[in-house]
Amino acid sequence: MSETPSTPYLAGQGQRKVSSDQLRQRIPGWGADLDPGDRPSVPKERMDLPTGAHWDFPERQEERQPRERSIEHQFLTPVFGTSVPLKGLSGSMRRYAYKYSEARAAHWLILIAADRVDAGGSHLRSFLTLHPDNPLTETGILSEFTRHGISSRFGKKRADLKGQALAPVFVAGPWILAAAAAFAAARVLARAARNRATRA
Amino acid sequence: MRSMVYRGPYKVRVEEKDIPRIEHPNDAIVRVTASAICGSDLHLYHGMMPDTRVGTTFGHEFVGVVHEVGSSVEHLSVGDRVMVPFNIYCGSCYFCERGLYSNCHNVNPNATAVGGIYGYSHTCGGYDGGQAEFVRVPFADVGPTLIPDWMDEEDAVLLTDALPTGYFGAQLGGISEGDTVVVFGAGPVGLFAAKSSWLMGAGRVIVVDHLEYRLEKARTFAHAETWNFAEYEDIVVEMKKTTDYLGADVVIDAAGAEADGSFLQNVTASQLKLQGGSPVALNWAIDSVRKAGTVSVVGAYGPIFSAVKFGDALNKGLTLRMNQCPVKRQWPRLFEHLRSGYLKPSDIITHRIPLEHAAEGYHMFSAKLDNCIKPLLIPSAY
Repeated sequence: MSETPSTPYLAGQGQRKVSSDQLRQRIPGWGADLDPGDRPSVPKERMDLPTGAHWDFPERQEERQPRERSIEHQFLTPVFGTSVPLKGLSGSMRRYAYKYSEARAAHWLILIAADRVDAGGSHLRSFLTLHPDNPLTETGILSEFTRHGISSRFGKKRADLKGQALAPVFVAGPWILAAAAAFAAARVLARAARNRATRA
Repeated sequence: MRSMVYRGPYKVRVEEKDIPRIEHPNDAIVRVTASAICGSDLHLYHGMMPDTRVGTTFGHEFVGVVHEVGSSVEHLSVGDRVMVPFNIYCGSCYFCERGLYSNCHNVNPNATAVGGIYGYSHTCGGYDGGQAEFVRVPFADVGPTLIPDWMDEEDAVLLTDALPTGYFGAQLGGISEGDTVVVFGAGPVGLFAAKSSWLMGAGRVIVVDHLEYRLEKARTFAHAETWNFAEYEDIVVEMKKTTDYLGADVVIDAAGAEADGSFLQNVTASQLKLQGGSPVALNWAIDSVRKAGTVSVVGAYGPIFSAVKFGDALNKGLTLRMNQCPVKRQWPRLFEHLRSGYLKPSDIITHRIPLEHAAEGYHMFSAKLDNCIKPLLIPSAY
């Protein structure tokens, strides 16, 4: 045989390169939690941990407005977040998504689609306010100039450059496609109006 | 109050919001003194986490001072300096009673598969997070803990998620003396997982990433061997060769949903959001662990399906372990390690940014500029 077989092909234990004593000297705290009993999440389930709860079932938070919930829950949980209630078209989509359980792809895909509708709609709505979205300040793109945008990326063997290059395409792409579709629709309508005027 | 607000993928701004109010008798309102941007916030920032609504405030790693308490709060008072675990949990449900705080069943009406998390989309309960001047803290008698006098506030911030999660990742690996541990991802959680693996008696710790400045930190801070996967055509083969063709005993996936290394996965997951995450790191973990070894997953993934190599996991007889970290359960032991000098979590903080500059902070962290490993956001008004 031309090669000596290595560990997995042989009986017995593999050879360790560094002994525990050497590691203990080199690494601060080496082996302090060697005993699994010293690890806080061992065993996984423990009934003897004090939590600070002084209730068996918490008092119910007031539901000030209808709150969507997973149909896998028996009822609205006693405590919930109130950060952004459902509203508008995205709200309708989300309300619909919550008709499906978490086991259904429809649930998550509708939610993701609603997120895109929410982002697009909020962006457009912001132009009707005194605080419109500003791509320069809100994307943080200016940090490219203050935080070494070029030297952080090149000559560094980074694997994420392709993904980063694509990100603007996926961010700007839907807007460009939507603008092109709007332009095409306007052109079709204008042509139809012109034809009607010519016939008349 | 001033608050970071999500405006859609890759867009955030700081704007005026109402100070949160007490919604439940056991709520507290906490004035935030420091918060961190977490790698998993980037999944929200990139629009990957379903039901992330425009107007939401992110931030699940924060410390602050108690500003107001609800009528049933017994263990906290106004003025207390507190650290708040990223999990929101009731302390009494079936899961909390068993110490599974991250799996609480009483705080997240939007989903049953995940508990409540501050500022982490409606999928995690629809709570606003701590990248703001004030934040609502539900179950104030259960989650928050006073910051001990001897503890530095910046160490406390990292104890609210990154350090306990890294430590928990090593625990889930079930490390035995002398084990070879491979950690995919040299972000904050990966660095802490590597460091914690030594505490648990690992014989060899290897950290894999593609960002050289993070690998440098893995060498100096976590005493690990480092491998830059971008230098190899096939990192799994290299992992096999360096473990005598056996594979590692334990592999920890500390990368999560936006792992780089595959163009196709990046497009379908990070860009098109058609997967719950790019499972590159997870698949590499399954491939490079030894047969009957353990894969521990603490990188965050979304709820949508992902293309994971489950057949290999089956055929290799692997143990797959994973969860969100039940943070407060880790604290007593981690406090001891801080006092002993074994852990100094704030050593990984690279940037301290005024909250007003949150957009620049997010872009810098997301694009990995300026050797950024861990940025803190500091509300500037105080």
